[in-house]
Amino acid sequence: MPETSGSAACTRIAEDGYAAPSRSTVVIRPGGSSLPVYLREIWDYRELLYFLAWREVKVRYKQTALGIAWAWLQPLFAMLVFTVFFGRLAHVSSDGFPYEVFVFVALVPWTYFSNSISLSANSVVSHSNLVTKVYFPRLIVPMSSVIAGWVDIAISLLLLLPLTFLYKIDWTWRMATLPALILLLSLLAIAVGAWMAALNVKYRDVRHALPFFIQAWMFFTPIIYPSSLVPQEWRWLFRMNPLTGVLEAFRSAILGRQFDLTSLAISIGLTVLLLCYSLISFRSMERRFADVV
Amino acid sequence: MDTVIKVEQLGKRYKIGAREASYRTLRESLVSAAASPFRRLRKVAKPDYRDFWALKDVNFEIKAGEVVGVIGRNGAGKSTLLTILSRITEPTTGRAVIHGRCSSLLEVGTGFHPDLTGRENVFLNGAVLGMGRKEIQDKFDAIVAFAEVEQFIDTAIKHYSSGMYLRLAFAVAAHLESEILLVDEVLAVGDSAFQKKCLGTMNKAAKSGKTVLLVSHNMAVIQGLCSKCILLSEGQCVEIGDSRSVVHRYLSFDSSDLAKILEGCLRIGTGTARLRNVVVSEDGAGLSPITGAPVRISITLENTTSSTLRNIDIGISLHERSEAGLAMIYSSFFGKSFDLPPGESSFSFVMRSPMLASGQYFLGFRICDQLGEELDNPQTLLPFDVAEFDYYGSGRTGWRDWGASVLMEGDWQES
Repeated sequence: MPETSGSAACTRIAEDGYAAPSRSTVVIRPGGSSLPVYLREIWDYRELLYFLAWREVKVRYKQTALGIAWAWLQPLFAMLVFTVFFGRLAHVSSDGFPYEVFVFVALVPWTYFSNSISLSANSVVSHSNLVTKVYFPRLIVPMSSVIAGWVDIAISLLLLLPLTFLYKIDWTWRMATLPALILLLSLLAIAVGAWMAALNVKYRDVRHALPFFIQAWMFFTPIIYPSSLVPQEWRWLFRMNPLTGVLEAFRSAILGRQFDLTSLAISIGLTVLLLCYSLISFRSMERRFADVV
Repeated sequence: MDTVIKVEQLGKRYKIGAREASYRTLRESLVSAAASPFRRLRKVAKPDYRDFWALKDVNFEIKAGEVVGVIGRNGAGKSTLLTILSRITEPTTGRAVIHGRCSSLLEVGTGFHPDLTGRENVFLNGAVLGMGRKEIQDKFDAIVAFAEVEQFIDTAIKHYSSGMYLRLAFAVAAHLESEILLVDEVLAVGDSAFQKKCLGTMNKAAKSGKTVLLVSHNMAVIQGLCSKCILLSEGQCVEIGDSRSVVHRYLSFDSSDLAKILEGCLRIGTGTARLRNVVVSEDGAGLSPITGAPVRISITLENTTSSTLRNIDIGISLHERSEAGLAMIYSSFFGKSFDLPPGESSFSFVMRSPMLASGQYFLGFRICDQLGEELDNPQTLLPFDVAEFDYYGSGRTGWRDWGASVLMEGDWQES
């Protein structure tokens, strides 16, 4: 693997004044470059990351009649279905909030998260034409899929304006934590998505298993029911799901109730752990991408 | 002068079996079974398909400002070398050091999306090639003018003609500011006006002191652009040096490995005669790969019995790919048959004018007796290369990529 050497490793500015992503001296050899070097390289290629995310946003709703409205329709439809079956028929508790609002505020981040991991899991394979023709840190590909979703989640969060107005929910300072929560959710999506993307290159089984995996994950996460529904003795296990803390925090932020800080802390810790693991295993699998994809 | 690319003991090993098995579905297995003749050919051609060294022990140095051609037959490791230097895949052994801003051009238009407009794709492709946003903005007008697509720049490129697409794709690449360029056969596409433009750009890059590493099958281009050449064969660096002598060496390479293919292949027929070796070369000169000059196909047959086989009919078929046949000739078509004494004997067929566009073709053989009974029918096709050459004397070569593999003799007239 390429590694930059010594003092010449800083980003080189060519004579024409343009910053060049390729560093001035590159040593190509078997084996991996160190993680810091790799991370710095991702930073060097941030413009490509931006363009790939931008391309995905541009292309995502091309040739659809409803266009970007799909970002609203997906969580709205899901809300409708869950409200009818779980809210009205099964009378699932919703911590005292109207069920439709309660489920919607979790469905928005969930839709973002599940779309992100399924898109990024397939990203390296679907970008194989890039992977086999140009060099860049491959992590950029699944990252761009996750980042492209920011547009979707931002748009679907706009629906909160009429919704909170309609159901007379007051905005609190907690609303301001939403960007940080989205970032946390994105990091988790990158951790899961990148790892699956790398695995998918070698084992296309991932693509087939993924829908079931996502569906199961949804039911293990407090989306259509509140955490309070889980029996006390199982609560600890329930919190081991890294999504639990973030999604509950989304709910708290929008509905203006107390944050469950323990749960959120666990979520952050698990996300960091998963991210490290995913990064390391992606790095080791990445070297074979061009040969296997 | 400074060394800008230094390659030491570079090697790349593929585990062929593992690689092919890495991702297969049922449908693929069925398809590959249907395409079995070609697979068989490939496996026999590389007898050691567990460990296959696409590149082995390659050493060379390139100094700043040098324009170096990489030549060799299909599968010699040219593209592998370029993908390693481009950092797309990593080497198994050895190392390479590159000093300076390096861009690789393994294809034009990488990252183009059909649904996006020309403008959007220029930015995207520029980013993929390593240009910054500001850099692309500055050069945008020049790129569009170079590509001659001003009117369509805000049209989705799926509505572009293939020529427009190529011009736009190449235009972005032509405006790269790198000190080192790694280029793979990108010149081999498009019409002649486009090719001329590409060549002009390459020429300019070469003259402006850029270091260029160029892979091509077109010897005319190589000799025109490159001062130095690297000849690869079976993953190894056979010769480095002055373009003229290396190109000559390449053209006079002999095709002795056909005997190896025949050794391992499946055969049908009585077995009284066996095809042992085939050599395809230019008649007289002994050069291979062949060009437009007459071609001699020399055939070595072995009579495995102890008595002379009489009135043997030898059939040769010419194939473009593994399935489709282009031509077939039996010696009996010419009213000719041969006698085969015990042991080995040689025959040859001279194709007066092969009229084939450059690229790889295949030969099939069948040996019959006068009643048409099959004595030997090797279930394999033997590959040979046709070099790029100036058949029409106008600098234009055939369009193999377009699917036109047969050249035509004739005259254009105003009548």
